[in-house]
Amino acid sequence: MAEVLVYVDHVDGAVRKPTLELLTLARRIGEPVAVALGNGAADTAATLAEHGAVKVLTHDASEYADYLVVPKVDALQAAHEAVSPAAVLVPSSAEGKEIAARLALRIGSGIITDAVDLEAGDEGPVATQSVFAASFTTKSRVIKGTPVITVKPNSAAVEAAPAAGAVEALSVTFSDKATGTKVTGRTPRESTGRPELTEAAIVVSGGRGVNGAENFSIIEALADSLGAAVGASRAAVDAGWYPHTNQVGQTGKSVSPQLYIANGISGAIQHRAGMQTSKTIVAVNKDAEAPIFELVDFGVVGDLFDVVPQLTDEIKTRKG
Amino acid sequence: MSLRIVVTVKYVPDATGDRHFADDLTVDRDDVDGLLSELDEYAVEQALQIAENSDDDVEVTVLTIGPEDAKDALRKALSMGADKAVHVEDDDLHGTDAIGTSLVLAKAIEKAGYDLVISGMASTDGTMGVVPALVAERLGVPQVTLLSEVSVEDGVVKGRRDGDAASEQLEAQLPAIVSVTDQSGEARYPSFKGIMAAKKKPVQSWDLSDLDIEAEEVGLDGAFTKVEAANERPARTAGTIVKDEGEGGKQLAEFLAGQKFI
Repeated sequence: MAEVLVYVDHVDGAVRKPTLELLTLARRIGEPVAVALGNGAADTAATLAEHGAVKVLTHDASEYADYLVVPKVDALQAAHEAVSPAAVLVPSSAEGKEIAARLALRIGSGIITDAVDLEAGDEGPVATQSVFAASFTTKSRVIKGTPVITVKPNSAAVEAAPAAGAVEALSVTFSDKATGTKVTGRTPRESTGRPELTEAAIVVSGGRGVNGAENFSIIEALADSLGAAVGASRAAVDAGWYPHTNQVGQTGKSVSPQLYIANGISGAIQHRAGMQTSKTIVAVNKDAEAPIFELVDFGVVGDLFDVVPQLTDEIKTRKG
Repeated sequence: MSLRIVVTVKYVPDATGDRHFADDLTVDRDDVDGLLSELDEYAVEQALQIAENSDDDVEVTVLTIGPEDAKDALRKALSMGADKAVHVEDDDLHGTDAIGTSLVLAKAIEKAGYDLVISGMASTDGTMGVVPALVAERLGVPQVTLLSEVSVEDGVVKGRRDGDAASEQLEAQLPAIVSVTDQSGEARYPSFKGIMAAKKKPVQSWDLSDLDIEAEEVGLDGAFTKVEAANERPARTAGTIVKDEGEGGKQLAEFLAGQKFI
């Protein structure tokens, strides 16, 4: 059976959920061979094996942390040469897309980014994408070279599928371009204790109607009652009320949770682009004409300062 | 010292319009008004700020690939304050994918001459966000991408890249390829004086032969990917909307409980 390379996104050996989703998709096409790089690379093997990796290629070097993108491209290219896979799958993070693109160019392949589904096809894997602010769905294929495809979080279920997960050292020689862009400082983001925005099953967002940074506490309280991630519209982020890392929309994160709760968000195209594919959408907005209500399964026309705290209390009561 | 900045910009269908696909499954550019991609305005703005803050002699060239109408995007950038423009236009470019686009940009950037290239974080139509990395790979120069802050001093570009896990400080020697996010700073509006001045600024037109690119390397025929189907997402079925008369939060909780979210 053909092998499929899966690039592993991990933090010091802890595998992030989108990589496990990738293993589910990779198994539809062939046998997943994982590539884990940098500090803690070998520690990823047990988790990857549980989810279907037949092999885990690992390599650690200081270059992965000290220089931007290119060392990882060199390593993934080495893995591509070693394995001759049927496809290369990479998580659709900002960095993942850049790594995938440069790899594709080097190996003479096409690239598809931000797939939301992947199936085996007679002429190679077929990727589903959601485009034009999620108003269209396309099906595409790479028609030259080894398909290189990046896949968005929440595109497949994580499935247990025990496999060998044999760890092999990957041999990597860095190119002279690898050290072109130096990382001179790194400030880790402080953990909020809430789920990752793009991976969360429930997202609670606030927009212009929240009307101030201090008022985001009521959005956070609702999120915490549901174990949800917190999002913000561009208006709220541009006003400085909430960090840009939490922005949902075209220039922020695109999310596709089971449940999306929009509070004080009008639903401009910029925002819809980032949340329109959510399974269930509810909204609270005092303007009955707000376009967000065209998307909702359930909407409340009212003041979020009345509705949201009441909702939070009711959830807490019901959960006991 | 002089510093040559090339800003890559894209003319895109207005995102607030009714965007759709043409019969050949390329983006339809006829039925929706086009404009300079909003995300590229940030790139123009940073180029102009670098020019204004520099003691060097800085020249800002805006570069686009696209049909005749794409000149509108160049005019907008010139009216913001860029010095000159290059328009790569050729019928054989229709349907070019990201790999092909990076080839044309790389050749045009080399022909124009550059110390620094600044791009937006992604286009608002294709939204891939990979072209700056591809151009850097082709030109063999450092990529310093997705910056929310950027500065140039003594032949070195520095910037801050805000990622999911960490915020990173980056540094590279020129020549380099930079991309900037919508967090890099509000783009200026063209002044009346700027709009008038733009009319006199030079716009060069190049075709594929000017760039030594064969027609087969680009366009739909040269593409490395193929869109096989494009379907409009079915409209969401109309939901229940209630007006809050004191029980709105409880009604919403009832709905969520019914859907097993509580």
